[in-house]
Amino acid sequence: MNIVQLSVFVENKVGRLRAITKVLADAGVNILTMSLADTTDFGILRFIADDPDKARNVLSDHDVMCRATDVVAVRVAHTPGALNELLGILGEEGIQIEYMYNYTELAGDGGLACVIILRLSDQANAAELLRGRGIKLEN
Amino acid sequence: MRYWNEPIETMSRDELRSIQDTRLRRTVEKIYTNVEHYRKKMQDKGLLPGDVRGAEDLRLLPFSTKQDLRDTYPYGMFSAPLDQITRIHASSGTTGKQTVVGYTAKDIEIWAECMARCLVMAGQDKRSRVQVSYGYGLFTGGLGAHYGAERLGASTIPTSSGNTQRQIVIMRDFGSTCLCCTPSYALFIAETMEDMGIKKEELSLQAGCFGAEPWTEGMRRQIEDRLGIRAHDIYGLSEIMGPSVSQDCECKAGLHVWEDYFIPEIIDPATGEVLPDGAQGEIVFTTISKEGMPLIRYRTRDISSLTHEVCACGRTHARMGRLKGRTDDMLIIRGVNVFPSQIESVLLGFSNVSPNYRIIVEREGLLDQMTIELEINETLFADTVKGMEDAERGIRRQLDSVLGITSRVRIVEKGTIDRSMGKAVRVIDKRNLIG
Repeated sequence: MNIVQLSVFVENKVGRLRAITKVLADAGVNILTMSLADTTDFGILRFIADDPDKARNVLSDHDVMCRATDVVAVRVAHTPGALNELLGILGEEGIQIEYMYNYTELAGDGGLACVIILRLSDQANAAELLRGRGIKLEN
Repeated sequence: MRYWNEPIETMSRDELRSIQDTRLRRTVEKIYTNVEHYRKKMQDKGLLPGDVRGAEDLRLLPFSTKQDLRDTYPYGMFSAPLDQITRIHASSGTTGKQTVVGYTAKDIEIWAECMARCLVMAGQDKRSRVQVSYGYGLFTGGLGAHYGAERLGASTIPTSSGNTQRQIVIMRDFGSTCLCCTPSYALFIAETMEDMGIKKEELSLQAGCFGAEPWTEGMRRQIEDRLGIRAHDIYGLSEIMGPSVSQDCECKAGLHVWEDYFIPEIIDPATGEVLPDGAQGEIVFTTISKEGMPLIRYRTRDISSLTHEVCACGRTHARMGRLKGRTDDMLIIRGVNVFPSQIESVLLGFSNVSPNYRIIVEREGLLDQMTIELEINETLFADTVKGMEDAERGIRRQLDSVLGITSRVRIVEKGTIDRSMGKAVRVIDKRNLIG
């Protein structure tokens, strides 16, 4: 199943990123994970919030350009070869990755698990395909 | 050779005035008879041709503007029938409607005469080799300078603009003595020469006639130093003639307007009131010899001043001060006219909403550089870097093809562009044209 990621346009200027995190902090929005893509003139901050609707509302109230995008979050074991296995399946299904980032959390057994956020080509059908291959998706 | 046409260039002010009186009367009669648009404008003011007895009555006549040319596009302002028009030039228009200018054979001859006078002021004669690096085409720069150089009897080298390294090799090998181009291109040539390891001592260059864009004394010193030449400021506009309406002599104390063909006035751009010598205002020209498209009190929107004092060079023709700017929002970038409205229409095509943008013009090194800062909006924002870069590139390409010059596009955050004055400040011109 898809989950909602928020993308924000950030100019490459001192203090701009903080202006955005301040809006989120003041609203009590927690960022579960994020990544920042950068170019010469601007960056794109992508993040998963604990409350995406609220995050989106406060950002647009502050005139911050923000867009919601569907991504999938895949939980894999925090062990060597787990990512390689996932990518192997994506390859076999002919699915391309537009971008990805991840976070680590405690697994039920007290060990670590890794959650990988993926934006995929054919995002609409990718989740179904992956589930069909026995991959566990977060929701 | 000191003067191309000594009797005219040094004639007394009284004689000059008498020529102007006669030619102005003839021009007013001609346009009243031949140009419906002018006849109506004069009738609106209750004027008959006989009311204008001479140059002192000039201020009775209505102004003309670029709008008159647009309203009568393409040939409505022509005074001569098309079978007598031997050349047509056009200047870039804001909204696709360019302004069209027609010349008769005699107009072209007079233009060549004016340009020959300018080249002689720049120390050239028939033994000279004049390299014309203005663009040839609808733009008047290339052909205007070309015909003047041929009239002078100089060896004319029509390189047109572009291909700078080849220009430099030609300049060196052919022994060009005079360069005609925009001042920023002259500096670009100097810089390219340095990159190529060609020294100014290897050239035969003596002088240059530089114009078609605003420039400064600081740039003049740089050009003179780096090319080892004397740099002259030449002025013109296609509506009046093209380059050689005026140019400065070796005294560099203002540009001599060829007053036997053009009568200059300085007006207050807000009230239209004629201002005295020395005052700054909009420069206005009346053509008094043109047949193809005579213009009466044409408002150039260029800010300058006038002096009618006789110059140390011996010429009696009035001098206009170096251009101080423009009255409207047109930008001249690398010699090309750019209107914010053109940019806006391109940006509109990429957004569903009215774009919030500003135009920043800087002089980087030697060339004008234009950057369009555009505020991000729903249509533009892509979630991927590639998507954003594609959008920027698409806008840039479209701007390049519409404006005819390259620019940069930078997408900025919402709220970056100041709207404090109610209306966004659209143009920030950081070129320092005061030095």
